[in-house]
Amino acid sequence: MAELIMIQGGTAVFDSGTRQVDLIIRDGVIAEIGERLSVPAGAEVLNAEQAWVGPGFVDLHAHLREPGGEAAETVASGAAAGVKGGYSALVAMPNTVPAIDSVPVAAHVLDLGRRSMLDVVPAGAITIDRAGERSAPMGELAALGLTFFTDDGMGVQRAGVMRRAMLYAKGLRLTLAQHCEDESLAGGGCMNASALSSRLGLAGRPAIAEEAMVARDLLLAEHTGASLHLLHLSTARSLEMVKAAKARGIAVTAEVAPHHFTLTEACCEGYDPLFKVHPPLRGASDVQALAQGLRMREIDAVATDHAPHAPETKDRPFDEATPGMLGLETAFGLTLEALGGDDADPVLLFELLSRNPARIAKLTAGDERRHGLSAHGGDLSVGSDANLVVVDPSTSWVVDRNQLASLARNTPYDGRTIRGRIRHTVVAGSLVLNDGEFTR
Amino acid sequence: MANRERRHTRHPGAAFVVHADVMSADDVARALTRMAHEIVERNHGIDDVVIVGLQTGGLELAEALVARLEQITGVAPPLGALDVAFYRDDLGLRPVLPEAVTSIPGDLTGKRVVIVDDVLFTGRTIRAALNALGDFGRAASIQLCVGVDRGHRELPIRPDYVGKNLPTARDEMVDVSLEGVQLGRMVPR
Amino acid sequence: MNADSLVGRNLLSINDLSATGLAEVLEVAESFVEVSGRSVKKIPALKGKVVASLFFEESTRTRLSFETAAKRLSADVLSLAVASSSVKKGESLKDTIETIESLGIDAVVLRHRSSGAPHQVAGWVKGARVINAGDGTHEHPSQALIDLFTVRRALAERQGVESRDSGLSLLKGAKVLIIGDINHSRVARSEMLAYAKAGAQVRVIGPGTLLPSDVGIFGAQRADDLEKELANADVVSLLRMQEERGSGDFVPSLHEFSALYGIDERRAALIRPDAVITHPGPMVRGVEVSSAVADDPRMLVRQQVANGVPIRMAILFLALSTPGESLHG
Repeated sequence: MAELIMIQGGTAVFDSGTRQVDLIIRDGVIAEIGERLSVPAGAEVLNAEQAWVGPGFVDLHAHLREPGGEAAETVASGAAAGVKGGYSALVAMPNTVPAIDSVPVAAHVLDLGRRSMLDVVPAGAITIDRAGERSAPMGELAALGLTFFTDDGMGVQRAGVMRRAMLYAKGLRLTLAQHCEDESLAGGGCMNASALSSRLGLAGRPAIAEEAMVARDLLLAEHTGASLHLLHLSTARSLEMVKAAKARGIAVTAEVAPHHFTLTEACCEGYDPLFKVHPPLRGASDVQALAQGLRMREIDAVATDHAPHAPETKDRPFDEATPGMLGLETAFGLTLEALGGDDADPVLLFELLSRNPARIAKLTAGDERRHGLSAHGGDLSVGSDANLVVVDPSTSWVVDRNQLASLARNTPYDGRTIRGRIRHTVVAGSLVLNDGEFTR
Repeated sequence: MANRERRHTRHPGAAFVVHADVMSADDVARALTRMAHEIVERNHGIDDVVIVGLQTGGLELAEALVARLEQITGVAPPLGALDVAFYRDDLGLRPVLPEAVTSIPGDLTGKRVVIVDDVLFTGRTIRAALNALGDFGRAASIQLCVGVDRGHRELPIRPDYVGKNLPTARDEMVDVSLEGVQLGRMVPR
Repeated sequence: MNADSLVGRNLLSINDLSATGLAEVLEVAESFVEVSGRSVKKIPALKGKVVASLFFEESTRTRLSFETAAKRLSADVLSLAVASSSVKKGESLKDTIETIESLGIDAVVLRHRSSGAPHQVAGWVKGARVINAGDGTHEHPSQALIDLFTVRRALAERQGVESRDSGLSLLKGAKVLIIGDINHSRVARSEMLAYAKAGAQVRVIGPGTLLPSDVGIFGAQRADDLEKELANADVVSLLRMQEERGSGDFVPSLHEFSALYGIDERRAALIRPDAVITHPGPMVRGVEVSSAVADDPRMLVRQQVANGVPIRMAILFLALSTPGESLHG
């Protein structure tokens, strides 16, 4: 880690605002911050002109598929996709095969993460095999440093199981993250329940399936005092409930995924399973409400729900295809667009993509359990760990599914022009992406 | 006139522009009478004769021919109509939507069938008609009667009764009805 | 979408056709009724064409009807029986289609348990036309066309007029009542769209659990008084309770469904003598219809079956024709 890097000419995005400064990175930390610094001898100079410099992005919701789904993605390829998307840390979802519900599997993923381009922290399963019944050994997993638990892909269906998990997690100061969809309402569905699903003859996953579980879990969180994170919320009503819960002082945070604030259910009209995802793409009013929620700081984080799938699981009839879409390499530009493009507030953008998710995943400098990894999502200050990203908010690029770092190709944005390009990514003081290209 | 309009409106992008009146209504009437006599003569009467008009241009002439035959012999021979759309060999080169009824009066086995069409051109319509008639029984003979033979045959087909032989250019169009025969061209609108 | 002619196109949904396109299919089918009445029932219109019949869901009558139609048009039929095919061995739909297409086909007639499968296949094939023979709970356009054709002929007969060349005039303004499991019925979806396109007034009635949330998108209206609606209707369309699609789970029992929505003799007596009753078959006697009503003279189910072949001949003939400039002579 003895790299010497200078980030020159950029607009640094601090917690409180922006400033034109140069940064010098030495021995993994930010060594100097100041205007027009002189270039140290032997330094790699990164051009940050017309660009924002901020803390590397942190994704709370990435499916890295290893172990068990290596044809779709590996920890290494998912990490590469993350680096290309400006991320310095990813939370790996536990719906692997086997699930991350035991110490050996969690240790294996941590180990794979250490050998990848960025920091990977696994989320643990709430229940064994994510089956929604017996509790996973959250205490043992917490001893490895895991703080974030979820059965994602499936919500914990039974209220009694969720309540017990919350009581247990609270004692260990863990956060439970819920995939909110009541399967008795959503089961068998494959797109948003609406006039369109009715016309297409596709069974629906209604908004109420999500909202009923959001309501239930907010009540349970209030009742138990546990820390609750709501994954990929997709409806205006869910946001309203979260807002009200926060006002009541309930310890809840919420994320939304880029596809839910950029794509509507109309995408399903051609029966292309690329647009099949759980929770499903909703109607235009929900999509607008989510983008609005981001701008109003009613949502804590943008999380990708990056869900790679091998082509054979997508080249199927819509109802049989697996749900999920890629997200890591496109999240920044889409978030920028939702925040208003030219008018986007860079401070808010870094809150949503880096600072808040780092706090939720307990990866900031103030968190004592970080699996021995460096700190993420910090304010830019001398001495802090150098997890940084340099993003160009005005250059556009066209998404090409064949040019992605991810092993999978299931992006719903193929051919779309996205404004906002990742220029450089620095992980733990090391330059991993230089002008859009991997350094190794 | 209805048939003429129908034919012409099938070319939404073009109009039929006449440059020569070839036969008058009287000329057509005389030709029909002559051909009716030829049919009676050739078949030694009209026992077993069945007249089949090809949809849509031949039907009007076939009806007129049946009327002449009735005047001459006192008996109207059976009249059928045939739409050959499904029998054409150029499906894909042209819209061959069936546009009219096929109704053949009974089994044709042993009958002397006279096919009636307005214009004989490449011969492909007649070939299709011969194939189609085969599905209605084994006729004793099949003869061909046309209002105008305009040449340009692509198949070894020869008419037995002709209203008028009319040399034409390939891109010209001939319009035949009881009101007369006109020569013209389709001109893009 | 919404084309004025099926010539050279796929038939995936009734929405692929405009009212004009719909009427064209009915007119062409009239010609094929005539062909079906000949002693030689075969015409060479599609000679040399290959039609693949792919039924991923068993349906003897629809498959036989399409295959008979193709054969009467002199097309060669390539029939994939799913039970004995590589599909059972785990081959994907996409690979199956690619394999079949490499054999050189001109049309695929596809029945699949998944809604939208024909749309996907239409995107995968390179040149072949795709005909939807029923997909999941989405649509069954050929059945709806059969039903409209049968009803048009029956109404023409009652009014003593020719059905041929009548366009959609006999169907315009007709009061059509569709009863039963609308939600799981692809026939109901295609029928609602087709009747609405023809200018009929379409009303649907059934248990709340078996109705789509918004039938307005199909051009239909919800009704709630069965007996009043029966007395008003010109066309009563009955649907099969689709137990294999779980429609039995949406009502407490088939017995209760039958008591509330089944057509027994008492309810049949409310239907006007000059009205017609349709059913896409197979009828489940004792559930949606009592045995006596199944044999009612107003019931057109046999005519519907008979008209299956000419309608499907018309669909194949039109879809496999190529639009082109006509030459006279």
